[in-house]
Amino acid sequence: MLCSKCKEKAVFLSPKLCKNHFVDYFEKKVFDTIKKFNLLKKNDKVVVACSGGKDSTTVLYLLKKFHGNVVALAIDEGIRGYRDKTLLDLERFCKKHDIELRVHSFKDEVGKTLDRMLKQKNHPCSICGTFRRYLLNKHAKGFDKIATGHNMDDEAQAVLMNLLKGNTGLLWNSNPITRKVKGFVQKIKPLYFCSEKEVAAYVLLKSFEVGFIECPYMEESFRNKVRDVLNDDELKHKCSKLNILNKNLELLKKLDLKRKDFRYCSDCREPSQSRVCKTCQLIKSFK
Amino acid sequence: MKIFIERIQKTIEREFSGKVKDLLKSVDINPNNVLVVRNNELITEEDDVKNSDSVKILSVISGG
Ligand SMILES: [Zn+2]
Ligand SMILES: [Zn+2]
Repeated sequence: MLCSKCKEKAVFLSPKLCKNHFVDYFEKKVFDTIKKFNLLKKNDKVVVACSGGKDSTTVLYLLKKFHGNVVALAIDEGIRGYRDKTLLDLERFCKKHDIELRVHSFKDEVGKTLDRMLKQKNHPCSICGTFRRYLLNKHAKGFDKIATGHNMDDEAQAVLMNLLKGNTGLLWNSNPITRKVKGFVQKIKPLYFCSEKEVAAYVLLKSFEVGFIECPYMEESFRNKVRDVLNDDELKHKCSKLNILNKNLELLKKLDLKRKDFRYCSDCREPSQSRVCKTCQLIKSFK
Repeated sequence: MKIFIERIQKTIEREFSGKVKDLLKSVDINPNNVLVVRNNELITEEDDVKNSDSVKILSVISGG
């Protein structure tokens, strides 16, 4: 099987490309997404939310390449045997590519590691997600954009999950760039049109050292079901994930609903849906 | 054939020669979820593998 652009052996099937042409194709796709959706302005200060995994590491590498100065921001939830390992990969990567890395931990910022919190409470993903979002936003203050590693699979899954759960308000988050809300740093997703498989192939071909390791608290059985449905469908109808995202973007353009205004937490002054924000309520519940 | 499956961190033995896509079908893995590597080279679902090859099936799903 040969590359559709040269005589080299293909390493990827759709599109059918050799190593060099695949790397070019992937980088161009990310670059075009940044341009088309105006993800970055020339002098924007950018922070990349990093986990040490393949997606955020790819974003870090490509924004450094396309945009220049970027800072890596990582949250250490305190998950032994998992986050300590992925953070080592990230440290090594940042050192090699001369990127500033800032790490903030649950332990220092909210008082306990996630491992400790889970001795008192269940639902790791909801606790973890609340504190992660809070800390990322807090430490991205002063930057113009937070870039995340969300890829096409993550986004198509999110659209479908939000529809199935009736969380139609959350469809607004499934955008390559989030809307401006006072108190929130705008999020951008440069990998929005790259499939999980494309990102993994890019990481392999570029020899980035990211280990395969899964979070021990992963409880995403619903997401896994949705992933299977989408991937089965993708086998039969090519581009079904891309179609979901394009349809969602079209829909959002037509709706242009006003987002519910945020209030600001009486304790920490961060944006909140209620008088005291979810983060502050959660911190108190652990005291 | 020796087949290392990263997601379950196990190596299995199978009699197989043919296309990668048929190999994946025989172990019930959706090609969208994995990359297949032989001798550290990325290969596609349309490539042929021999019974004497050893391959790695790498997961493309991120751990978060
Ligand atoms: Zn080529
Ligand atoms: Zn608060």
